[in-house]
Amino acid sequence: MKQTIVRSVNELPTYGFGSRTGPWWGAMAFIALEGMGFAVAIAAYLYLYAVNPKWPINSPPPDLWPGTLATAVYVLSVIPNELTSRWAHKLDLRGVRIGLVIMSLIGLALLVIRGFEFAHLNARWDLDAYGSVVWFVLALHTTHLATDVGDTLVLTVLMFTRHAKPRRFSDVTDNVFYWNFVVIAWLPLYVLLDWTPRL
Amino acid sequence: MSDIAREPARDLRDNKLEQSELAALLLEIWRTPSGWLGSLTSVDHKVVGKRYILTAFAFLVLGGLLAVLMRLQLAGAERKLLSPDLYNQVFTMHGSTMMFLFAVPVMEAFAVYFVPLMVGTRNIAFPRLNAFSYWTFLFGGCFLWIAFLFNVGPDVGWFAYVPLSSLQYNPGKRADVWAQMITFTEVAALAVAVEIVVTVFKQRAVGMTLDRIPVFVWAMLVTSFLVLFAMPSIVVASTSLILDRLVNTHFYDTASGGNVLLWQHLFWFFGHPEVYIIFIPGTGMVSMIIATFAGRPVVGYVIIVLSLIATGFLSFGLWVHHMFTTGLPQLGASMFTASSMLIAVPSGLQIFCWLATLWDGRPVYRTPLLFVLGFFAIFVLGGLSGVMVASVPIDMQVHDTYFVVAHFHYVLIGGAVFPLVGAVYYWFPKITGRMLSERLGRWNFWLAFISFNVAFFPMHILGLMGMPRRVYTYTPEMGWDHLNLLSSAGGAAFAASFALLIANVVLSLRSGALAGDNPWGASTLEWATSSPPPPYNFSRIPVVTHRDPLWAGGGNLPVVAGLSVERREVLLSSIADAEPHTREASPEPSIWPLLTAIATTIFFVGSIFTPWSVVWGTPPIAIALIGWFWPTGSKEDEE
Amino acid sequence: MVVWLRSGLTVAATCVLTSCTGWQSSFNAQAAQSEEIKRILLIFIAVSTVVWVAVMLVLLVGLIRGRPLREQRLDLDEAFERRAGSVILVAGIATTIAVLALSVVSYGAQRTVFANDPPVVTVKVTGHQWWWEVQYQADSPHLGFTTANEIRVPVGQPVTVELESADVIHSFWVPSLTGKMDLVTGQQNRTQFTAKNPGVYRGQCAEFCGMQHAHMAFTVTALAQDEYRRWRDQQNQSAPSPSDPLSIRGEQLFRGRGCGLCHTIRGTLAGGQLGPDLTHIASRDTIAAGTLPRNSGNLAAWIADPQHIKPGNLMPKMPLRSDELIAILHYLEQLQ
Repeated sequence: MKQTIVRSVNELPTYGFGSRTGPWWGAMAFIALEGMGFAVAIAAYLYLYAVNPKWPINSPPPDLWPGTLATAVYVLSVIPNELTSRWAHKLDLRGVRIGLVIMSLIGLALLVIRGFEFAHLNARWDLDAYGSVVWFVLALHTTHLATDVGDTLVLTVLMFTRHAKPRRFSDVTDNVFYWNFVVIAWLPLYVLLDWTPRL
Repeated sequence: MSDIAREPARDLRDNKLEQSELAALLLEIWRTPSGWLGSLTSVDHKVVGKRYILTAFAFLVLGGLLAVLMRLQLAGAERKLLSPDLYNQVFTMHGSTMMFLFAVPVMEAFAVYFVPLMVGTRNIAFPRLNAFSYWTFLFGGCFLWIAFLFNVGPDVGWFAYVPLSSLQYNPGKRADVWAQMITFTEVAALAVAVEIVVTVFKQRAVGMTLDRIPVFVWAMLVTSFLVLFAMPSIVVASTSLILDRLVNTHFYDTASGGNVLLWQHLFWFFGHPEVYIIFIPGTGMVSMIIATFAGRPVVGYVIIVLSLIATGFLSFGLWVHHMFTTGLPQLGASMFTASSMLIAVPSGLQIFCWLATLWDGRPVYRTPLLFVLGFFAIFVLGGLSGVMVASVPIDMQVHDTYFVVAHFHYVLIGGAVFPLVGAVYYWFPKITGRMLSERLGRWNFWLAFISFNVAFFPMHILGLMGMPRRVYTYTPEMGWDHLNLLSSAGGAAFAASFALLIANVVLSLRSGALAGDNPWGASTLEWATSSPPPPYNFSRIPVVTHRDPLWAGGGNLPVVAGLSVERREVLLSSIADAEPHTREASPEPSIWPLLTAIATTIFFVGSIFTPWSVVWGTPPIAIALIGWFWPTGSKEDEE
Repeated sequence: MVVWLRSGLTVAATCVLTSCTGWQSSFNAQAAQSEEIKRILLIFIAVSTVVWVAVMLVLLVGLIRGRPLREQRLDLDEAFERRAGSVILVAGIATTIAVLALSVVSYGAQRTVFANDPPVVTVKVTGHQWWWEVQYQADSPHLGFTTANEIRVPVGQPVTVELESADVIHSFWVPSLTGKMDLVTGQQNRTQFTAKNPGVYRGQCAEFCGMQHAHMAFTVTALAQDEYRRWRDQQNQSAPSPSDPLSIRGEQLFRGRGCGLCHTIRGTLAGGQLGPDLTHIASRDTIAAGTLPRNSGNLAAWIADPQHIKPGNLMPKMPLRSDELIAILHYLEQLQ
């Protein structure tokens, strides 16, 4: 077909931040589907809760402290997370490196706390339907947490290599954005797992 | 800091280049590497899309052969061709193959191939994820079929109701194979859905505002959202089923607080939108074909788009109509009667729009249009029988009978497969550069149309006569044998119509008439480039000023200049008005998606046999993913 | 082609006619519930037919009507576009009204189908892979009894069926009486019907339940009330003691070979719960959940090799000499 040039895109930048990038929208789509996964898991939990006259069925509720401790760490982690985002927007490599190292350490700490959460559920997965569904919900969020921590670790290493180019700062902000989702997804799960059995 | 923030100085753009020079440079950076190893690294959406389409059609042939086997078994009373054990595997494999390995993937495959072309971009968003999606789909499908050939094919129905699919009633690995096949195909489908959403949101050609998006693209966008929100439910379901079977959890064990209807809720919360995941792309194809062969834009573009969106929303409010006979409370069930019937309204609106288009246009009766006309006759009937089964009392009679088998074959074959075959005739010239034979096409259509009705219409009557689904045989005194024989004859002829299609494809690939860029005189952007399109799709990105750009342009395509010819670059634009704002790099070919898919396959298949696969199966996936995302120092990575 | 079509039509027509009389047909309605369903089914079919024909007519007329050649594809007639838009909207509104009206018709029928009259007879049906356990409940325990695969009910009186499953999900469906209701593991469902005419109505499991789903049939026989009472009193009896030497030997073999571990014969030591109650096996019409008519030949063949007749069922093949088989058969045939 005959072509006529009517417009120039010479001046457009080669990277952007947030909703001006493809990966950000990709992250949004993944958040949508993972959020739906959490919603379905919560619905399954509540369904089993509704059909069983006694809840938990054969065990005490989980111990409160590991989940509560984790929740506190999640909420506080938003501060260094947001700082990292700011540094990334300013293309401040030193700040981003510090921020990513802190976020990696927080992520690893949360994985350790997660171990305690499992240990203090007070019900094994093969005890009854209650045990099965709490393990399932917690494991779902653990998968979610572990993949994001893994992603953060790789990105941290990357920012200490020669590949720390401007486009990578956009990746850092996407990682920050995704971490916020990990935190937000946890809050209802905390209420569900630690407080619903006490109702 | 200032060092790394500076724009690189070296940078060759397409501004001043002659067409031939431009094409040569673009080809060099966008082509798939040569050799068989190179072909495994391809991230070209057209290469992946073609593989996807061919693989999905291969599964259609396999699923179709199973259908023929079932029809042979049921052609008469008490026939002994298939043992009950084999018959149950065959009908489960037929349903699972058709739903998970053919219908959903083939629609996504068409989207993978055509959405980037229709929106005027050079590759799909996340092309490596796209390649990974294909390999995962391929391995998952092969896994299911290899298991079947070793007599470990699932035998619990495509819906795998518990407790029949629990370890107690289904020892062995058959139900695990089913559940893990689901996981494979869901991963593949979710990946494509993410790509389509981002491609449509961010990679549309300059000026392709929301109200200029081709209807097929809208349809695939809505479908992708349905996938995003429906499939997590089946992932939760299949995972919990495997856990029950493998590590002794109790989700579905009524003795330990579990509940068997939980499975049905989870399954149908996915399963009903699934029907629309298959049908909505079909309606998108119908809109495209009707506009082209009526020689005018579809009437009521806005109504059609809003109907698609409404269908998407409503499809999440119907799942309980699959559970009317499970003893749910009356009031709840009644609500789902109204919602199930109301979904007829957006479908009806679309049909009225197409009727108006054909009314005003001058129809050109080529094969694609014939299949669309067949779609009208069949799908409307299927939709009406759908209104019947939405009624609780009627459903209590026809549920799980051959009436329902007839109903959903009318809906799915009429609503999706007829448009799909029409779409094959319509887009084959674009994919291959050659036309399919019109003469064979007519035979194909009439054989398919008549034999379909002969095969499936009698099933309505059989269902009303009391023939349940999923029975491997029946006794002669039931009086079902004549209609079954008729249906089997129709089924055989229907299978033959697909043999005709395959023959047409094979013959036309070698000796079909050359197509040229736009053989049908169609209006959308995929026809603005050569047939088959070059690896970079468009030498310059189009500027869209009208909903039907090729009809509005008068043979002239306005384009933009200024993109790099040294690295793979796509133009990102704003969501609503498609104003360009970024020249973003697009990933180059890579073997890592294939390796990741292999690692994932080992993980999934291993998890059927031991929960420890979660432990030793994860590191290879992690390594493959790091390899996938780690920068290689190419221009695509570094800017 | 024409001949073929015509013969197809003939076959279709005859089948439509037989579907009204078939003994497992939704159109052979013999109860208040099934009649109501049949009534609205006919309404829905009529509306659907009208709509389908109307759409096809509009399509046909739209295709064959003459119209001027359009030079430019985008050269649209504004007036037509506007008119088309309004017609589409009106048609959409009409569709909405039609489906809402059909919903109301459906709700009306639901009231009849799910009517909950105080039942005269309550039967508890438990689904097993692949047969039906039928328990008649009565106010006093000694009046209750258990049978299998054949239900008898009095004509003209509401019958409630309580549905449970011993294993996987099944579905209780007698099209002539009412729509189906599932037997869901871990919960009790109920369904009710009032048979209008005496007769034998066939039912079949309608939810896929494993290998022999196809062979899980049963019958509901509606009897005049005194006839029903006679049958009930007879079923309430324990099995008569064997009198002749052959049936005494058969009774011994029945226990000795382990049959009694799975089957109950009331009044004897055989008290197994896994298989059908055989106390009055000789009064039934079929064996193996409607798979075969009950006669000496079929019963002998079944005992000799149940896996040959209904592969996968839970009854194992017992090694029996032919004289042993004859003795057991003779004993069972005494159990009227």
